[in-house]
Amino acid sequence: MDNEFTIDEQPVPFVPGQTILEAAKAAGYYIPHLCFQPDFKRHGGCKLCTVLVNGRTQTACTHKAAVGQEVDVNTPELNAMRRSLVQMLFIEGNHFCPACEKSGACQLQALGYEYEMMSPHFVELYPHREVDATHPDVMIDFNRCILCELCVRASRDVDHKEIFAVAGRGLDAKLIINSPTGKLGDSAFAVADRAAQVCPVGAIVIKRVGFATAIGDRPYDREPISAEAESCELPEVR
Amino acid sequence: MAIAGYVVGATKGFIYLRGEYKHLQEPLQRDIDTMRASGRLGTSIRGAPGFDFDVEIHMGAGGYVCGEGTAQVESLEGKPGRPRVRPPSMVSVGYLGKPTVVDNVETLAHCTEIAVDGGASFAKRGTKTSTGTKLVSVSGDCERPGVYEYQFGVTIGRILQDCGAPAAVTAVQIGGASGVLVTPDEFSRRIAFEDISTAGAFMIFGPDRDIFEVARNFAHFFAHESCGFCTPCRVGTAIQRNIMEKIAEGRGSNYEVNDLKRLAEFMKRTSHCGLGETAGNAVRDALNKFRPAFERRLRARDFAPAISLEAALEPARRITARDDADAHLDVEG
Repeated sequence: MDNEFTIDEQPVPFVPGQTILEAAKAAGYYIPHLCFQPDFKRHGGCKLCTVLVNGRTQTACTHKAAVGQEVDVNTPELNAMRRSLVQMLFIEGNHFCPACEKSGACQLQALGYEYEMMSPHFVELYPHREVDATHPDVMIDFNRCILCELCVRASRDVDHKEIFAVAGRGLDAKLIINSPTGKLGDSAFAVADRAAQVCPVGAIVIKRVGFATAIGDRPYDREPISAEAESCELPEVR
Repeated sequence: MAIAGYVVGATKGFIYLRGEYKHLQEPLQRDIDTMRASGRLGTSIRGAPGFDFDVEIHMGAGGYVCGEGTAQVESLEGKPGRPRVRPPSMVSVGYLGKPTVVDNVETLAHCTEIAVDGGASFAKRGTKTSTGTKLVSVSGDCERPGVYEYQFGVTIGRILQDCGAPAAVTAVQIGGASGVLVTPDEFSRRIAFEDISTAGAFMIFGPDRDIFEVARNFAHFFAHESCGFCTPCRVGTAIQRNIMEKIAEGRGSNYEVNDLKRLAEFMKRTSHCGLGETAGNAVRDALNKFRPAFERRLRARDFAPAISLEAALEPARRITARDDADAHLDVEG
């Protein structure tokens, strides 16, 4: 059959030009991801969507689907790798789920559950990071930033403001804000910006709407993150 | 480079010179100016109409990852040196989105050799599958460090002999931090694509070198050089460094040794570029080939905590105003 490849031995159709992740989503097949959202330029940094394409590791969000490709997604080995990635993101920042407003709507936390992360495994790095609450409507808790660069892309490509960038390298890589003081309050950022809506974790938090949905009733409290593929859309996180 | 430009129809070339080699900028610029003055660069090179090519030196800030072709082009465009997602490859979408040839200066120099003497003459040197010669940059414990040119197929032992290495070399790191650690029983192996392939770095570790310290140094190097783009390399190289520190402090155990092995494999499988893929190689090779260098530092066979448990009890003792025997651990944790 034309324009078909397999995921875990199941046939999956694709439109030429589609990535493996896009084709999988359209077919209702779940591949995990953090730095991918359909509206933004592909990034490929979080590596959660790592799959085997004809035996070789590739990121499903950047690799184009092709006829006859054999893609492995849901294997014990790949899932163990994903668990390690989630653990690494946890220990790199300061993630205290019980005290986080995003709990239950946080994709990092949801992936922790999805991949049965029972411990951080690695020694926590406990970095010293600040909270920027200078903006009237939005606050940024850098402790929770996972450097997915979704806000960078949303602000640059959709809002056309270029409020965010990532500076520094290695563990020193951090989200910076384009304003004279480096503070969000002194930037052109607005709560209506797309960049205010895209954070997959609790780093960019909108003020005065916290706990509008009670913990226990939030998207990933109700169903696991892997259920999202069936709706082909990301759940509304607020 | 002008020949390469002529072949692919390019009119502009860049020499990417990393910050560490700033001292070469001036002499290199002088050479380029001389070539331009003598009609070997510029317009209508050597009087050939339409053969236009010029070269500009671009200074890098000195990032190891900028040796990777796509990161180098990013850096050339004035952006942070981060490897691009491939495909598309550089030859279709490269510098400023244009088709770009990215090659080592050494490769381009060989082009001249082939252009002048012909391919057959070039292929006469080296081995069947690795033709020509290779520059080997020898450093470390030897009498005559420097850049040597060998035919492909030269043995490690021959290079060690030529540069005046001590008789009892502990190991040689070939191919730089991302390369392979070679032990004396392998010194008959050859520099060639079919055996040990390398960009040319050749570090000699003499009889007094502690390979654990060598590996620890490489672990720090990768944590420093990771660009931070992808999770496994950004966090993995830091974890690797921290584990090596824990072992160095005498707090390691087999648990850490096994974790280092898992980490090397993990980074290799999941990283975005060659830097992350090879960031665990030096530590893994050292572990496989110099296990005693690690083992004599291990405190326990199974697990030892990163902190001193006895010392961690001190605040509790202070608060409860106790200092009796039961308020102390039997053994220093």
